[in-house]
Amino acid sequence: MLATHELPTLNLKAVYRDAKIGEVLDALERDLIGLAPVKRRVREIASLLLIEKLRRSAGLNADPPALHMSFTGNPGTGKTTVALRMAAILHGLGYVRRGQLVSVTRDDLVGQYIGHTAPKTKEVLKRAMGGVLFIDEAYYLYRPGNERDYGQEAIEILLQVMENQRDDLVVIFAGYKDRMDSFFGSNPGMASRVAHHIDFPDYDVDELFAIAELMLARMQYDLSEAAAAAFRDYIALRRRQPHFANARSIRNALDRARLRQAARLVERSDTVLTRAALCTIEAEDIRASRVFQAAGEAS
Amino acid sequence: MRLTQGTFSFLPDLTDAQIAVQVEYCLGKGWAVSIEFTDDPHPRNTYWDMWGMPMFDLADPAVVMDEIRRCREAHPQLYIKMNAFDSSHGWEALRLSFIVNRPAVEPGFGLVREESRGRNIRYTTRSYAANKPAGERYSAT
Repeated sequence: MLATHELPTLNLKAVYRDAKIGEVLDALERDLIGLAPVKRRVREIASLLLIEKLRRSAGLNADPPALHMSFTGNPGTGKTTVALRMAAILHGLGYVRRGQLVSVTRDDLVGQYIGHTAPKTKEVLKRAMGGVLFIDEAYYLYRPGNERDYGQEAIEILLQVMENQRDDLVVIFAGYKDRMDSFFGSNPGMASRVAHHIDFPDYDVDELFAIAELMLARMQYDLSEAAAAAFRDYIALRRRQPHFANARSIRNALDRARLRQAARLVERSDTVLTRAALCTIEAEDIRASRVFQAAGEAS
Repeated sequence: MRLTQGTFSFLPDLTDAQIAVQVEYCLGKGWAVSIEFTDDPHPRNTYWDMWGMPMFDLADPAVVMDEIRRCREAHPQLYIKMNAFDSSHGWEALRLSFIVNRPAVEPGFGLVREESRGRNIRYTTRSYAANKPAGERYSAT
């Protein structure tokens, strides 16, 4: 029922500004290339949380919203980065007290012998209290083939905390989409407590190139024009190869290009190096990659 | 007789809100907080029982407050203290420690005289509570 007494004037802008949501969302927009659906969902969730907060301050009925999330997508699509931003948003709006992100995998939660799992999981939960617990590759917690697997125990403790201490902790599960789906399929209790499912799409060539440019700018390197073309070719070839990990593969490729650039500069140490030479990655630094050789052999 | 020891020993007992602020300070400094309890109030008793493991890498003081609450529920009539350990090189020692729970009745200490060789007398103190065996000392009366 709506309260009949006069509502305090609500200043959406002021709450928005005080919670620093705008800054975090702008940083998300600026630092992360592509990922349009993810950004939209994060914006939606942030808006929901903002409105819930205002509703509560207006004395309207506002159940604390379910906040546990699942991030699915291939490696290197920015799940951890978005989780960090999410922790900042939740902290800004006061849904978690401290806003730290504790990133764990199965090894951090599950013990090696009977009686080892519960204290281990509880210790991790204590560290994550007041913040966000990010469980990477969460499906490894559940091993359907093995009934005695201690992962089940960790899942039960997690479930209990997710249900009873919703004010204290937000859990984000992350991993490949298909395996997360089967994980939630075999743990219906878990699935029903995860409110937000966000899928991270793979990047296309243009987005990957933009990511590379962003990374290079941060490292204070430049691509020469020929190198830029070479790198586009590289991305197109590398995407088709196995074990492609999106942004992470791009970072590794750039690191190797830097290595070759350094080797090239040292070999020609007779010439005087300019500042530009130190900063510029040439096409040959990229063309020397194993990816091009493999493609050459295949064709 | 009210037992005093550790940091803030000249102040009245801290309230929970004040304890939480102290814990927050400790966590901000990166110290590991632990909780200990005992029924032997002698000031030279350094062997208190541990309430769980020391808590490393915490961010949220609410976790420590929750552990203190649970320890108080389990041992309402015992002394409970909170310790903050600094593991950084050069310190590797407790930086802060104070009592967060005490028995309702504290009988205090008696002076014990021991006649030793010759006409010498040696003095020591002994808690009246320690006359009973461990576990029965502060049972609710």
